Amino acid sequence: MTHNTPDLSLNRVPEMGSAPIGSAAEIRLAELWETAPGWRGWLSTVDHKTIGLRYLVTAFIFLLMGGVEALIMRLQLAGPEQNLLTPEQYNQLFTMHGITMIFLYSLPILSGFSNYLWPLMLGSRDMAFPRLNALSYWIFLFAGLFLYVSFPLGEAPNAGWFNYVPFAGLEYNTGPNIDVYALGMVLLGISTTVGSINFVVTLFRMRAPGMSISRVPILVWGTLTASVANIFAIPSVSLAFFLLWLDRRIGTHFFDVVNGGKPLLWQHLFWMFGHPWVYAVVLPAMGIVSDALPTFCRRPLVGYSAVALSTMATMLLGFGVWIHHMFATGLPTLALSFFGAASMVISIPSAVAVFAWIATIWLGRPVFNTPFLFFAGFVILFVIGGLSGVMTAAVPLDFQLNETYFIVAHLHYVLLGINVFPVIGGIYYWFPKFFGRMMNETLGKWSFWVMFIGFNLGFFPMHVAGLLGMPRRIYTYAPHMGWNMVNMITSVGSFVFALGILLFLVNVLVSLKRGALTTPNPWDAPTLEWATPSPPPAYNFAVIPIIASRHPLWEDRLDEGGGRSSLEQGYLLMEGRETLGTTSLDADPDIILKMPDDSLAPFFLGLFSALVFAGLLLHWQNFTILMVLACSLSLAAWMWPRKTLLQRVPDACEEGAAHG
Amino acid sequence: MNDYGPGFRRCTPINYAVFLCALTAASAALADNEAAPLNYFLHSYGPAATPTMHLGWVFVALLLAILIIVASLLAGAVFHKRPVEDFRKIGREEEGMPWIYIGTGISTCILVVLAIYSLVTLNVIAKPTHVPGLTLTVTGYDWWWKVEYENDDPARHFVTANEVHIPVGVPVLVKLKSADVIHAFWVPVLAGKTQMIPGLINQQWLEADTEGVYAGECTQYCGVQHAHMGLEVVAQNTAEFEKWRDAQRRTAPPTSAAGANAGQKIFLDQCAGCHTVRGTEAVGAHAPDLTHLNSRRMIAAGLLTNTPDHLMQWITHAQELKPGARMPSMVLTPAEASSLSAFLSTLN
Repeated sequence: MTHNTPDLSLNRVPEMGSAPIGSAAEIRLAELWETAPGWRGWLSTVDHKTIGLRYLVTAFIFLLMGGVEALIMRLQLAGPEQNLLTPEQYNQLFTMHGITMIFLYSLPILSGFSNYLWPLMLGSRDMAFPRLNALSYWIFLFAGLFLYVSFPLGEAPNAGWFNYVPFAGLEYNTGPNIDVYALGMVLLGISTTVGSINFVVTLFRMRAPGMSISRVPILVWGTLTASVANIFAIPSVSLAFFLLWLDRRIGTHFFDVVNGGKPLLWQHLFWMFGHPWVYAVVLPAMGIVSDALPTFCRRPLVGYSAVALSTMATMLLGFGVWIHHMFATGLPTLALSFFGAASMVISIPSAVAVFAWIATIWLGRPVFNTPFLFFAGFVILFVIGGLSGVMTAAVPLDFQLNETYFIVAHLHYVLLGINVFPVIGGIYYWFPKFFGRMMNETLGKWSFWVMFIGFNLGFFPMHVAGLLGMPRRIYTYAPHMGWNMVNMITSVGSFVFALGILLFLVNVLVSLKRGALTTPNPWDAPTLEWATPSPPPAYNFAVIPIIASRHPLWEDRLDEGGGRSSLEQGYLLMEGRETLGTTSLDADPDIILKMPDDSLAPFFLGLFSALVFAGLLLHWQNFTILMVLACSLSLAAWMWPRKTLLQRVPDACEEGAAHG
Repeated sequence: MNDYGPGFRRCTPINYAVFLCALTAASAALADNEAAPLNYFLHSYGPAATPTMHLGWVFVALLLAILIIVASLLAGAVFHKRPVEDFRKIGREEEGMPWIYIGTGISTCILVVLAIYSLVTLNVIAKPTHVPGLTLTVTGYDWWWKVEYENDDPARHFVTANEVHIPVGVPVLVKLKSADVIHAFWVPVLAGKTQMIPGLINQQWLEADTEGVYAGECTQYCGVQHAHMGLEVVAQNTAEFEKWRDAQRRTAPPTSAAGANAGQKIFLDQCAGCHTVRGTEAVGAHAPDLTHLNSRRMIAAGLLTNTPDHLMQWITHAQELKPGARMPSMVLTPAEASSLSAFLSTLN
């Protein structure tokens, strides 16, 4: 891709300078980093911004699919003894709703934000492993399609997203449905794992010089914590699903009671993953609020260090509470006491975050733009979800609440309140950065209020349904159970909520075409991503900036005494695709990182991996072996040595450090 | 940029908390007690459930209070008066830590108290105050309950289905098993739920303070008819309970009438593969024991009240009434149906 012969000498001092838009250096950078037009470029791009947007769009489409599934279920449950759906259809719908929302929407959408924003927030030109990033997306897409492959055949997974054995075993589920789920989850696990590794390495290697660990935005803390957790949690669920597949198709007996298997093993493996996952899908979203709320309060977040630490503390504790999904399995009282108490303690770090947000608003001067409404609304939903969570942590209460609609209410307050509201608020906030246009404020406020009212109308009465004893996952109920009214309210609310989402979508489409053109920093936000043009160029930063504080764009007014960040003057790094590697804690300049070119290899590796799993699903042995070979070839093409990637160590980067 | 939304002030968080409380109260009021047989939040009829109910009230009251306080703080934070200042002015970072210290400090204290209270309650309900006077085994099947009253003397051991009778005022130990997938035993006004896991024998205890019929449901998703897996606990005074138990121990009487004889033959041909009627050759073990079918209040695990009409509807249209149930829809001529009905009517 480079036009000049690259400099292959090992010792090179990165040049300092500036590269204003339109300068020769800037034009050269654009040539180096821009993806070729056409389908080839479309399939081969490794630009984190493109990948981030793909994650956002794909995950949002899955949200809409899961939402339609929910609406159909709400029609069935609007009144007693309705016959809109057969029991089997209902069971497949709630299973796919859970799988879609939990696995295909809630984490991928946050990966979308983080993929797009991390390098911009951290002052880098891309993620640490751009090709791995592309692979992560492609596998996510193919795994999503894979999980839906049996849906049109009327053979979708039907054992719930938690997929308890023995019901998910071959004896009670002979069809391909559970195989689809098991193999699809192992495939998706690959995507999540490589994505998580990429985030962790990016954080510890790719921050702009001077951006010490205490200067990164909270979203970065949230995604880092979630990623580290995923690296530990995903193996548990991948293993569980792999063992299940072995039981079903190879004849092992891990979960098979007759041959000494243990159904409870599944629950442990599943929830050891499942609970950390719950935090993985909310902590980055909480980070979105912690970073964006201060912009609309015209002051920095109160208690940055406390919030960052509470993020980590939540996740550490999150690994020790999985048993609270299993209080009713007959475990000894002592064990229940321990896990019950731990489940209460975990709300302490959440309290830190809540009071930090409220204090930020109180001490600030709120500006009531649409994103602020979503973030302020989020705080109250977070509190409700947290308080109902405290109720379920009380073991005796959970003996009653468990598996009733109270839990459905709780988890939707948590997942919609703490994930969807910040996500939509985040899209309103970063839309100008993504597309260079503002979203419509009037439509935005309408969408917030319709969503917020619909959400509470739909989900709050579910608490009551749960207290009235309505079990989860029933396709119908008798008219004399006392659940008619609450269900009718819930169904009405769910459609109001859906209308709110529709308004948001209309706003996105209208604003993409007609939104007011914007400046680099329309909200006057403090963080580094707003230092780039909107939308950012392919190379992100014309020069790698040197950072002096947590709020580089507010330094002129905050006057924290730590000096000024240097955004116009920085490391030029334009001998090929390059960015700067820094040390893990202090972010001192360490190395020039040569970044890879666009490549079709990630797409093909993703495609062939998915086909390996398709082969396993269909029991086509030869095909499977062929696809494994194809994977190896893709990997070889990916790894093929290129001279341009040789590392060059700067031996005088102390000069650069002096600037920071 | 400085566009203050005109709609925002109309719905403050305090109004919002009031709205939620009103919504709760309205929904709860609309579902009156008689009409919500599983309402464990307002009703409990035994010592394994009452402490939990009280715990629930304390939690709900306290947590609603916290919600209202936090919502008020948020409302105050959003709306309290501020001097007009330049939009570009930025507040100082260091302020505000007391919010976190005080807020988290108070939250932690409340949590510790709640944790202790819930652990004490757990300890109270974990075991009955005195030794259980009765032990029985409930086994979950797709989608019904087998109930066994065990006795060392095989003649005094008997099996019934979907209806558990217990004497009032006596702690009852319930052993919980599963014949197929995971189910959960839950009679909310008497006790919390416990999963029934294949390969394990779980147990829980329950006790009724007063006579009555208490509804239960399976609460672990167990397949296509999870929605129709109800049971009932009938609490009786000791004398009535003994009477019921003695009646259940008896085998079915020999049939005498011609119609009933023909019906029995149909039963043995078509039903005995799954159902047992003690005293006949029907010893099927895959479906409810029907020896004393007519003593039960409900059929099909709570789906229908037990009347002769419902019974024949169930036999001939099981797959329409409970799609996917293990019970097939039987094809019977009107004559066969009436004979079978005559036979079943003898199973008192």
